[in-house]
Amino acid sequence: MDILRFITAGSVDDGKSTLIGRLLYDSKNILIDQLEQLEKHSKNKEAGPIDLALLTDGLRAEREQGITIDVAYRYFSTPKRKFIIADAPGHVQYTRNMITGASNANLIIVLVDARQGVVEQTRRHSIIASLLKIPHVVVAINKMDLVDFSEDVYNNIVIDYAAVAKQLGLTDVTYIPISALQGDNIVDASTSMDWYEGKSLLEILEEVPVDSDINLTDPRFQVQFVIRPQTEDLHDYRGYAGRVISGVYKKGDAVTVLPAGIETTISKLEVAGEEVEEIFAPQSATILLASDIDISRGDSIVKSDNLPQTANDVEVLLCWMDEKPLIPGNKYYLQHHSRLIRSVVKHVEYKLDVNSLQQQPVEGNVKLNEVVKATIKTASPLVYDSYQHLRANGSAILIDETSHSTVAAVLFQ
Amino acid sequence: MSEHSTQKNNSPLGVRGLDYLEQLEAESIHIFREIAAQFEKPALLFSGGKDSITLVHLAKKAFAPGKIPFPLVHIDTGHNFQEALDYRDAMAEKVNATLIVRKVEDTIKAKSLTEPKGKFPSRNWLQTYTLLDTIEEFKFDACIGGARRDEEKARAKERIFSVRDDFGQWNPKLQRPELWNTYNGRISKGENVRVFPISNWTELDIWNYIKKENIQLPSIYFAHDREVIVHDGQLVAMSPYVTLEEGDEVVTKQVRYRTVGDMTCTAAVESSASTLDEVINEITAAKISERGETRIDDKVTEAAMEDRKKNGYF
Repeated sequence: MDILRFITAGSVDDGKSTLIGRLLYDSKNILIDQLEQLEKHSKNKEAGPIDLALLTDGLRAEREQGITIDVAYRYFSTPKRKFIIADAPGHVQYTRNMITGASNANLIIVLVDARQGVVEQTRRHSIIASLLKIPHVVVAINKMDLVDFSEDVYNNIVIDYAAVAKQLGLTDVTYIPISALQGDNIVDASTSMDWYEGKSLLEILEEVPVDSDINLTDPRFQVQFVIRPQTEDLHDYRGYAGRVISGVYKKGDAVTVLPAGIETTISKLEVAGEEVEEIFAPQSATILLASDIDISRGDSIVKSDNLPQTANDVEVLLCWMDEKPLIPGNKYYLQHHSRLIRSVVKHVEYKLDVNSLQQQPVEGNVKLNEVVKATIKTASPLVYDSYQHLRANGSAILIDETSHSTVAAVLFQ
Repeated sequence: MSEHSTQKNNSPLGVRGLDYLEQLEAESIHIFREIAAQFEKPALLFSGGKDSITLVHLAKKAFAPGKIPFPLVHIDTGHNFQEALDYRDAMAEKVNATLIVRKVEDTIKAKSLTEPKGKFPSRNWLQTYTLLDTIEEFKFDACIGGARRDEEKARAKERIFSVRDDFGQWNPKLQRPELWNTYNGRISKGENVRVFPISNWTELDIWNYIKKENIQLPSIYFAHDREVIVHDGQLVAMSPYVTLEEGDEVVTKQVRYRTVGDMTCTAAVESSASTLDEVINEITAAKISERGETRIDDKVTEAAMEDRKKNGYF
């Protein structure tokens, strides 16, 4: 049993909440007291016997305003898998939330209203999926009950979306016709769409391979914390604790510590205090080295025959996430995993229209939810990979020096 | 991602794959190490419940062979189960951690707070005062808690690193985006962070992990005979803190606890499950959520947790 993390993207009326509610309900992950609450509220709102969308209703503050203000995480499991859903609101202005929810996702469900077909929102969600390189895309064509379960309607939408997928370079796309409201093709096969011969949505979610999403080829490890017990029996113990970002490390491997560039070998590997022969992503582990060198938090330990990039000037895509605009020339902290470096956004080259992928000139400052191509200069060298090449080591955040807010998602180019 | 070319990952159950519990463990250890590195004075809030017991187990792994580099803090309401207190003391000694205990009783006296009244007087609300005083006393900048996102609606939206203001208040509208596995723990003076390393675990995940790791639990998690009052369909332990009224019937039943909080606000469930396997079987088959079944205080208003969090509660 493993874990699939996915995000659902759809606009307000695409039935996203109903879909999540249906998944939880039909997979028997809803418990009696939660159902009772649901029935109580469904009555309050006079929306039929049970309004499944209410299952994902959040805070009172949100219910009062009838909106979703933030990403919520939902959990359910089947005998095959544990699922973590990032439930992000779909309004136009919430690109920030979608990026947050998408950052850890293995899969995205793009909801399309069968009556509307591929619309601007569909394109925007797909563009974000492609920017963040979400490995698997499921296009769920919803509300099929409202188009008489028509195969033609479905096929036309598939053709339209295939063109979008091609333009965006989305390679793993699965299509499925559903009715979240009535439960068609969610857990069980629909009886109204005999022409569809594929799997149900839950089967797709249970079977999509996620093991290949982890890169085991390029070894990357960053030191989070130095373990030095300094007790009598562990007097000389010096363990570099961190998470294997990608790849595999073995005892005896020749490694280089970056950015310093010092070479040494791995003398011992541990996971949770137990000695092991090798460590691999995404394990949390501890590396001990043969030579006594000065290593601190944020330093990278990589294999000497497979080096990442090391630079002070990097080209990035920035997704701006703060109400306070980005002012080119301003200084920010850049946090790359555990490495915190002062940086300055030097130059903003262009703005990326997330509805069309068109590059547009930037006039003035960069505002909330805008995606721009920029150059960042850092006070000390960054040790990184391009997001395109290695998702796990190609991302960072920018932090405002005074408010300490996380103000941008950074994708190294 | 499809950039792997030379090496095949054999997961989920192959040589280089982690099953779901190993993945959750790796994530939690990562979070623990971020806490230790990013904060000057973190503390782990330990209640004696299964979630905080799991936290201590994970913290031990995160810093092995070294000691856990922060103290365990217990906010003692005075309404605890003796079994949980005994367990707490033994555990702190076993993992060689510093244990700090602060009593709600003392806060009530010092601040002349009003004791809650009613049939089952819950000091749950009052804990917040003691917690905030303790944070102030020791200048803790990060408090680690065992909350899980599957517990409740407000929790489902809270970050793993949750920044609180001077008054410990959570503002759901002003949360920092939390991207990838990058945790921003930078704060201004006076602010502190609540960190939840097991956010992504469910109740069943915790039980399965406890079994896999053979973690010892306080005895009240397993079936035992206890004097209880049946109130509103829930079984509340008989204790000196409960006011008996006419018509109340005290009966002895075989029960166990699904969560361990105060004696006055945690209900027991009827059960004959005396081993971990039996408990896990019962939970797998359970039709009622953990909070719905056992938390007496959350039933008051639906937004109870949201309100408490906004006031500095965990």
